[in-house]
Amino acid sequence: MTEYAVIRVESLCKHYGSVRAVDGISFSVTPGATCALLGGNGAGKTTTIAMLLGLLLPTSGQIRILGEEVPRHRQRVLPRMNFSSPYMDLPQRLTVAENLTVYARLYGVRRIRERLDILGRDLDIADFFKRPYGSLSAGQKTRVALAKALLNEPEILLLDEPTASLDPDTADRMRRTLTDYQTRSGATLLLASHNMSEVERLCDQVIMLRAGHIVATGAPRELIHRYGRKDMEEVFLDIARGIQSGEVIA
Amino acid sequence: MSAISLRRISALALRYLYLLRGSWIRVLELAYWPTVQMILWGFITQYLAGHSDVLNQAAGLLLSGVLLWDVLFRSQLGLSVVFFEELHSRNLGQLFISPLQPLELILALIFISLVRTLIGVGIAVALAIPFYGFNLFTLGPSLIGFFFNLLLMGWAIGLMVAALVLRYGMGAESIAWAAIFALAPLCGIYYPVATLPGWLQPLSWVLPASHVFEGMRAVLLEHTFRLDQLLYALLLNAGYLSLGIGLFLAAVHQARERGSLLQSGE
Repeated sequence: MTEYAVIRVESLCKHYGSVRAVDGISFSVTPGATCALLGGNGAGKTTTIAMLLGLLLPTSGQIRILGEEVPRHRQRVLPRMNFSSPYMDLPQRLTVAENLTVYARLYGVRRIRERLDILGRDLDIADFFKRPYGSLSAGQKTRVALAKALLNEPEILLLDEPTASLDPDTADRMRRTLTDYQTRSGATLLLASHNMSEVERLCDQVIMLRAGHIVATGAPRELIHRYGRKDMEEVFLDIARGIQSGEVIA
Repeated sequence: MSAISLRRISALALRYLYLLRGSWIRVLELAYWPTVQMILWGFITQYLAGHSDVLNQAAGLLLSGVLLWDVLFRSQLGLSVVFFEELHSRNLGQLFISPLQPLELILALIFISLVRTLIGVGIAVALAIPFYGFNLFTLGPSLIGFFFNLLLMGWAIGLMVAALVLRYGMGAESIAWAAIFALAPLCGIYYPVATLPGWLQPLSWVLPASHVFEGMRAVLLEHTFRLDQLLYALLLNAGYLSLGIGLFLAAVHQARERGSLLQSGE
């Protein structure tokens, strides 16, 4: 029997004219898993995430999220998922609290004040609730973006570079917030990251992309073993440079 | 398509109201140009009143024109500019990954445009009373019809401009300012449509605003309420607003195909 997948992608393609940003990828993510989408710049990670969110229409292929077909029924799944990316901003002139209140209402969050208090404490952002979002440092913005992504307690959380721009201490606290949230809620996490130690620490499944294709999948330890390397950093370099598993470099 | 949610519309409207509340300069700016226009045209009216039979008959002709014109201009700008805020702040992607539907975004933009228009034009209308003893409300109940039709036309053009900017990027932003002024000479704001050359008049009559301003002159000069003009305007507005909504939704769909919602910004 096929295991239920909260995310199931089949033969997914996104072509821009002759450019094949994503070219026939298939994968699935089981409930409660933490899955990493890895690859160099232009590998197709962000394009894949954007298609999962319904922000980008696929050229062909199928996406099913929480049993619903996306983008056709995206409206049914969007309230149950969320996304955080340092490359997407929030209104600069609104305060942090105003921004979070607006998004809490958009996601239909009940007891907004209570939810904001919890997130303020968990992510250590309560001190700048009254400050305009535009006045925050890059690291503070990343934390607020994560707070926005956790507002609706999503069943699926998509993260693009979740700890980018953060100092090691704050990054570590963010990772702990994510794992605590996942343990508590049983949520599924799909993240794109260039931080390989983070991937090793957080993820139980890795999907390696190169030029729009999946070139390797597996658990981090399994990939390290398969490529005969000491960590994911080295595996990543092998894959980014097109070296096959088991290939010996002089 | 899922049902339209008033909660989501009000959430987005709140976002725009926060913005307005956070800066008194923005509120002042809303009223600034309508007031300057009203003052300028008030003096021109006073000067011309002694030299013009038409203005002797109806001193409020120019001031009514300028204030109603501002309803059209502010409603269009109120919608377009607020939409541009989302692009400038790179927030559009965030909105489109939330449960907010494009039609709900349109309704929130329309709501905030109405608020901005009421603030901007309302202050100028109120100041015209002590400044020149001119009360726009002397147009009577027909004023509601004029106001409503101008709002509709402003929203239709605002949506078309927003669609263009979504399609061609922020480089097309200046169209927001230029679009309405390109139509101004054809709308018969300060003169009857009959003043225009014969070949231009058919173009003028397909604009809802031309029917509104003709109706306004009928009230002020002939003291008659031209229901036919209001109905023509309403009918044309139904077409333009449908076109505006259609173009905006098509632009969103195309942006989803091209991936531009991800990179939307300056």
